[in-house]
Amino acid sequence: MSLESQVAVFVDGVLNYFDTTVQQSAQCGTPHLALSDKPEISDYTGVIQVTGKRSGMVAFTAPKSMLSVMLMRMQETDMGHENLCDLVGEIANTLSGNARRDFGHQFQISVPSVLSGRDSKLEYPADTRPIVIPIDWRNYHARLIVCLGG
Amino acid sequence: MNEVTHRLMVVDDSNVIRRRIERANELPEVEFVGAARNGVEALAMYEAVHPTLVTMDLTMPEMDGAECVAKLVQRDPGIKILVISALADKLTAIDALEKGASGFLCKPFTDRQLNEALRKLIRT
Repeated sequence: MSLESQVAVFVDGVLNYFDTTVQQSAQCGTPHLALSDKPEISDYTGVIQVTGKRSGMVAFTAPKSMLSVMLMRMQETDMGHENLCDLVGEIANTLSGNARRDFGHQFQISVPSVLSGRDSKLEYPADTRPIVIPIDWRNYHARLIVCLGG
Repeated sequence: MNEVTHRLMVVDDSNVIRRRIERANELPEVEFVGAARNGVEALAMYEAVHPTLVTMDLTMPEMDGAECVAKLVQRDPGIKILVISALADKLTAIDALEKGASGFLCKPFTDRQLNEALRKLIRT
């Protein structure tokens, strides 16, 4: 699968997620390779480790305000830290899991882990270059970081 | 007024999803009886609340959903289980059905899709 096709899988997943879950469309900006600096991360980051035929990780990072509004759109009344962590992990899990439709059964994903705080350090697999997919929803900005080798 | 005929247990490691499924259920014949965070909790809860209907995530810590489906069906062959998972490949759905699940709904889902899937499940 070409790099463009791989990116398209995740872009489609993001658009479908927002259309379905919060029923307000998101827009994806131009995906780009993070060539020098590591991608900036936001208040909350959900991380999925990928093993099997492909190895690496997928991370969804978003500001607290965006996740809070998403919870509201889902009729959730508890916008506390636990639910913000839960949501960001669930988004990372859903976007990674949906990718199996195209990557196949051997694209195995972990349960999500969550980082909170913009100073958190995201561990990148060696010898891979992260692809950053910018996501705009309402006035908020999030990123999907896809870092797959093999 | 419809009589409650189905007792629903929700199994998912996400609190947000558990609460959403509980809220979204609008079928009068389905009563929410409990929620579990993984397969181990679900098996313990089964003994306490005796659900007739289960929504089951697959990717969970402790015990995953596929193993839990098999164990629940072993205990109660009549139990109806709707697997709700982000794992969107066909083999995953087939594997869940082979282990005894009655239906499969892919995440993300709308409230309407959830209710349609539950409605279809209780009519099978």
